[in-house]
Amino acid sequence: MRKLPVARLNELFAAIAAERKLYIPAGDAKTAAFTLWREGLEMTKALNTSRSAKDLFFPQVENLVDFKVSGREIEIVESRDPGESFVVFGVRACDCRSFDILDKVFLCDPADTYYQSRRENGVVVTLACKEPEETCFCTALGVDPADPAGDVTGWTEGEDLYLRANTEKGESLLAGLPLFVEGEKPETDRSVFGRLPLKELDWSAFGGEKMMELFSSPAWESLAESCLGCGTCTFVCPTCQCYDVKDFKTNDGVRRFRCWDSCMYSDFTLMSAGQPRPTQLERFRQRFMHKLVYYPSNHEGEFGCVGCGRCLQKCPISMNIVKVARALGEEAKP
Amino acid sequence: MQERVKAKAIELLESGACTRVLGWKAGEFFYDVTPAVFTSREEVERDFVFGPFCGANLSKYLIAESRKGGKVGAFLKPCDTYSFRQLQKEHRVLRENVYAVGVQCIGMCDIEAVKAAGMKGVVGAEERGEDLVVRTLYGERTMERRAALAERCQVCKSKKLLDCDERIGGQGEELSSARFDGVARLEAMTAEERFAFWRGELSRCIRCNACRNVCPACSCEKCVFDNPASGAENKAAADSFEENLFHIIRAFHVAGRCTDCGECSRVCPQHIPLHLLNRKFIKDINELYGGYQAGEDPETRPPLVDFRLDDPEPSVVHERGRKG
Repeated sequence: MRKLPVARLNELFAAIAAERKLYIPAGDAKTAAFTLWREGLEMTKALNTSRSAKDLFFPQVENLVDFKVSGREIEIVESRDPGESFVVFGVRACDCRSFDILDKVFLCDPADTYYQSRRENGVVVTLACKEPEETCFCTALGVDPADPAGDVTGWTEGEDLYLRANTEKGESLLAGLPLFVEGEKPETDRSVFGRLPLKELDWSAFGGEKMMELFSSPAWESLAESCLGCGTCTFVCPTCQCYDVKDFKTNDGVRRFRCWDSCMYSDFTLMSAGQPRPTQLERFRQRFMHKLVYYPSNHEGEFGCVGCGRCLQKCPISMNIVKVARALGEEAKP
Repeated sequence: MQERVKAKAIELLESGACTRVLGWKAGEFFYDVTPAVFTSREEVERDFVFGPFCGANLSKYLIAESRKGGKVGAFLKPCDTYSFRQLQKEHRVLRENVYAVGVQCIGMCDIEAVKAAGMKGVVGAEERGEDLVVRTLYGERTMERRAALAERCQVCKSKKLLDCDERIGGQGEELSSARFDGVARLEAMTAEERFAFWRGELSRCIRCNACRNVCPACSCEKCVFDNPASGAENKAAADSFEENLFHIIRAFHVAGRCTDCGECSRVCPQHIPLHLLNRKFIKDINELYGGYQAGEDPETRPPLVDFRLDDPEPSVVHERGRKG
């Protein structure tokens, strides 16, 4: 395992950034975000970023293609981001797991080439958690916060940063950096994860086989009752992946772009035939059914949630997947 | 206070005065309360909370609740009652279907403020005099309760309970408040500095619309920005300045109607100080048209929809703009 004093982190960042773009989580607890590294930028002390790391692979807005119109001629102009190699440093275990979930959606046949290009170009360096928040529940979803995945896994122990390459991409990143010495990482103290208040969340009531029963549950009404219908939960969620494709009229044609959309929004499923989800109840139900029932039924039981806790922290009315899981789980008990 | 509020909720339900009551429901932790409707003694006893983290303003829910038939009991804090009255002034709430119980308030805490004070893994908190004793996964720590208050409560403008059918905790007074200090600091900047300040703050916007959806002044059935038929639908902006304009347009739209309840800044997941935009309008209105507090009384015509001969001329914009 490679080792570097934490005090020399800035040198590591400078060495990576000399070769390609580097994003690190920076800012205070209120504004922490993955930010393009420049000299002097320091890692945040916050556990995690407000927005998730999915932004780097599935940005909120991106151009798909342009159409230039002149008379009766329409020219199709490639306008996609050409893609360049980048490194994202300091991704937490939960966000890293979210890439697996997004991959299953975007990379299945036919692959979403916009997302695919960023996944191929991006090197993910994760960082193990030491001081989780009370809202963390990744361990209840099979994520190990002390041993995250990624192309490279990082740990800070004492005064040192330890790095282990997990993939070829990760190995080639580290091999090009002459900063390290070899070292053995001390045993990680995991005791705090055993004290997490949400560590024993029970997900047994969910999964594809209970679809109709859960869909028809009377509990949705009171759960959705005070939902504001904003998109906060979906936009900070590392696994929400819905988008809209829109055309923007330019001076000489049309720019086609896509942007994040939210199943919480009133026009999300608006069709010429009408709106199958006319009230917030149906929209709210969709979001949680997707994560806890539809996704697992399509992907061998895997839930569409990584337990990052952002929806617990950010929902304006403090309604979230944990409360939904409790209410529906309670109801499903015999 | 919690026991008195809960007892009142039960009394309203059991006497038949109300078919349901609107209050705050306990969550997983001590701070994550959710606005909720209660219909039985059992629900109230089990889940109803009134405590230092019940910051959510319940008044906007009354637009829908007051139209559901039967009478709804609503527990409103002083600032919620300003929104409640403003909504009546705009004919959005059916007053006769609401039994309003005003609940006196000593300022609501904000979990974000607790965390900003360096608390991690917060699992409990207890008020002890002027202090908040916070239990975390990493030990117990004490902070001043005042430092845990939401910004809007640190500069509380009034403890008056308006338009209530009854009150718990007594009537309060308007307070002299430092709430415009932040605006004055922005006004003291040069135009370039101010522009840079707002471009920086608004650059974090993710357009989740939480500020709009929580705002009691934003009560349109269908927002123009959500309506594909409006020609102004704006799921994603063409550029970052258009994105910024969303907030500026919204501030204009609620100008003269915003009571400064502060919900916009409370709910912003990106911590954009949106209240400063609204307070700038309130401060300007106060300076140009004389003091006016939206929601304070049901009769006064709001300055921006009133005309008086001594109103300032439109050129005031240029005169004031020239200063910087």
